[in-house]
Amino acid sequence: MRILGHKPTVTAWIGMAIIVVNLAVAIFGPAFAPYSESQTVGSTWDEPSMQMLLGADQIGRDMLTRLIYGARMTIGVALATTALSFFIGITLGFTAAVLGGWVDTVISRLVDVILSIPLLILALIILGVFGSSIPVLIVTIAVLDSTRVFRLSRALGMNLTVLEYVEAAKLRGEGTWWIIRREILPNASAPLLSEFGLRFCFNFLFIAALSFLGLGIQPPFADWGGMVRENSAAINFGMLAPIWPALAITVLTVGVNMVVDWLLSVEARPSGAQAEM
Amino acid sequence: MNEKKIILQIKGLRLEAVRGGTVIVDNVDVTLHAGEVLGLIGESGAGKSTIGLSAMSYARAGVHIAEGTVEIDGVNIRELSAAGRRDLRGKRIAYVAQSASAAFNPAHTIMDQVCEAPIIHGIMSRKEAEAWARQLFQSLDLPDHETFGDRYPHQASGGQLQRAMAAMAMSCRPDILVLDEPTTALDVTTQIEVLILLKSLIREYGSAALYITHDLAVVAQVADRIKVLRHGKEVEEGTVDEVLQNPKQEYTQQLVAVRGAAANERAVQSSLADEVILEVKHVDAAYGSFKVVNDVSLQVRKGETVAVVGESGSGKSTLARIITGLLPPIGGEILFKGQPLPRSLAERSKDLKRQIQLVYQIPDVALNPRQRLLETIGRPVSFYAGLGGNQNNVSEDGDRRVEETLDRSSSLYFRMSAADVKKRTRELLDLVELPQNFLMRRPTELSGGQKQRVCIARALAANPDLIILDEPTSALDPLVAEEILKLLRRLQAELGLSYVLITHDLDVVHRIAHRTAVMLKGSFVAFDTTETIFDGPYHPYTEQLVTAVPVMRSDWLDGVLAKRAAKEAAQATSG
Repeated sequence: MRILGHKPTVTAWIGMAIIVVNLAVAIFGPAFAPYSESQTVGSTWDEPSMQMLLGADQIGRDMLTRLIYGARMTIGVALATTALSFFIGITLGFTAAVLGGWVDTVISRLVDVILSIPLLILALIILGVFGSSIPVLIVTIAVLDSTRVFRLSRALGMNLTVLEYVEAAKLRGEGTWWIIRREILPNASAPLLSEFGLRFCFNFLFIAALSFLGLGIQPPFADWGGMVRENSAAINFGMLAPIWPALAITVLTVGVNMVVDWLLSVEARPSGAQAEM
Repeated sequence: MNEKKIILQIKGLRLEAVRGGTVIVDNVDVTLHAGEVLGLIGESGAGKSTIGLSAMSYARAGVHIAEGTVEIDGVNIRELSAAGRRDLRGKRIAYVAQSASAAFNPAHTIMDQVCEAPIIHGIMSRKEAEAWARQLFQSLDLPDHETFGDRYPHQASGGQLQRAMAAMAMSCRPDILVLDEPTTALDVTTQIEVLILLKSLIREYGSAALYITHDLAVVAQVADRIKVLRHGKEVEEGTVDEVLQNPKQEYTQQLVAVRGAAANERAVQSSLADEVILEVKHVDAAYGSFKVVNDVSLQVRKGETVAVVGESGSGKSTLARIITGLLPPIGGEILFKGQPLPRSLAERSKDLKRQIQLVYQIPDVALNPRQRLLETIGRPVSFYAGLGGNQNNVSEDGDRRVEETLDRSSSLYFRMSAADVKKRTRELLDLVELPQNFLMRRPTELSGGQKQRVCIARALAANPDLIILDEPTSALDPLVAEEILKLLRRLQAELGLSYVLITHDLDVVHRIAHRTAVMLKGSFVAFDTTETIFDGPYHPYTEQLVTAVPVMRSDWLDGVLAKRAAKEAAQATSG
């Protein structure tokens, strides 16, 4: 079987399987979850049993149920964040590359300013000021993350905008938006797609980190990062509770990276379809 | 020649792509005697470079040698260990690449790089190697041969680097040189110098050489025998005179004929209208503070082709950028159909942009690889829909069929439906002689010549009055280029188009230009009808250009050298 015209490697298949399972759990999981999201069914850090396959969390909720609901929240928020971040980053990056001149200078220096402040600190300040609701969280991380996407898409756009087919479109009198959409984006899609996978991982870990610090997704919603924090004390008693959400984070991150690695290696091979000088 | 020792013998060579098993070179034999030069000639994709590299038992990434033996002095080097082959390379057989500027490491001096091989192979001490390198620099007529080696690659010109590369190849005094298009990237006037020196170098040190090129006229000057290749197979082999005078195979006959045709066939200054389409008046242009175009004036009449010739860096492509509005001039004026043409692209109306179209040199980068031909050609059709100007595009004596199609399409121009765009795109494919079922193809599925036809179709889709052709054939193989020139001429006759042709190839100029401007360092040194320019009396620079173009005779280079010697002798006696 071929995907994007190439035969995936074994690790790529494993990665894709992990992603598919996670997405399936995020979409359909709650329908099959044994309990409801905030239902207390046992007592603090109950050992795994037939009723609670992975035990209970710090206030006696079913760990498996929380993980399933957490998948929806964590993956959903990370996906929305990454999509928004790419929309902002690509639009600005390609605009800067195509228009150049002062437009490029203004956007690029603005991005430099944001990049010069550690992202986590900046995110903490913004979330501290506006309060942490899910829309605020998504917009904040997306805007901060889009600076990275901007850098990449500007560089890609710079390489493509000097090509003669883009110049031909400019000579024809095409507008900036058409040039970005029809001439540049299709030819930059492969590197952007693999970057999407990577940035999704980073965002997902970033949300987990924010949740761990208490400014991410707020209770009673379950999310994996928050679950690690809430259950972290259990480690002192040699109990497994914080391991399960941490494991979920790890597996999804590794899975996405396996697919991204494969995408990057495919792209590095000359296929003739890319603009290779 | 046959009594001489056979130094390199390749038998039954077959190379295949690693994936898919496509055969790249199929059952080719090469025999090279000591001190002999064998020319390998063919179009791109003929496998000539691949054969050159396999003479060193080397295959590029993605290709592998499937079958065959490569014997140097009777030893099959394919059976040697990797270390054994490494010992041979550079020492017994050396390679000169096409692009010297890409083959040198910019971080080291030329001397370091030339001396590297003999020192690594342990044949010379650093001192001996340097002395030998200086001697080679002198033989190759490099400036300040004593100190030339201290320069870094960026401090030498393209022609000098190509010669330094030859010195690098000669550094171990190899028995065999593989010269892979050593003069192709150079201007004609530089090419002739490098050619002379390479020839004398080979003669002086008695090296055998494989000379790889696509230019039959160049190889005729240096080679003893010529092997013609096509699609990885041998077409024919013979001495230079046999191949040039009496080619046996049809393909070789075509190759020889293309070069010969220029002399007999000229663009005729048939009754041209007096209507001036484009007038460039005293235009100056600069990149930053660096002035590249200086007081250039030019007129193009309706249905006329005006060629601008010059070497790279002469400013001829800049002139194309000025006319299209990509580079606003800093002085002078441009009139289009008698009206002043705004300097920058942004100030020009959509209709003005429509009337001036550009066809690029390298069709591979001029077409978006992700767009199908329907979009590439159909976009300008729908983009300019509703703008007129196409009726007066049809010359009175034009093809009736074309006239009809244009009239029909013009009435549909307002608010074109997708079906109409498709229909018009089909007509345009017809016009450039491409099959209509190419509509849904992508550029990667086309050959170089087909891509250039698509570029021309894209320009025609705008119904332009003036097309600027920026080296339209120089990236194409000779037979394909020939077809493109024919197409351009036919389109001009049928549609009454005016062309501004930017080129360095005098052959092309002879074929399609009515008038020619010769450009040197940003200015025109001559501008007149093509006959006047090339029949003389020449401007000194025009003469230099004209005499530097290799003629397909094996004694041409010797003739040029004799002429030069005579001139120098005359100067010496008079002085």
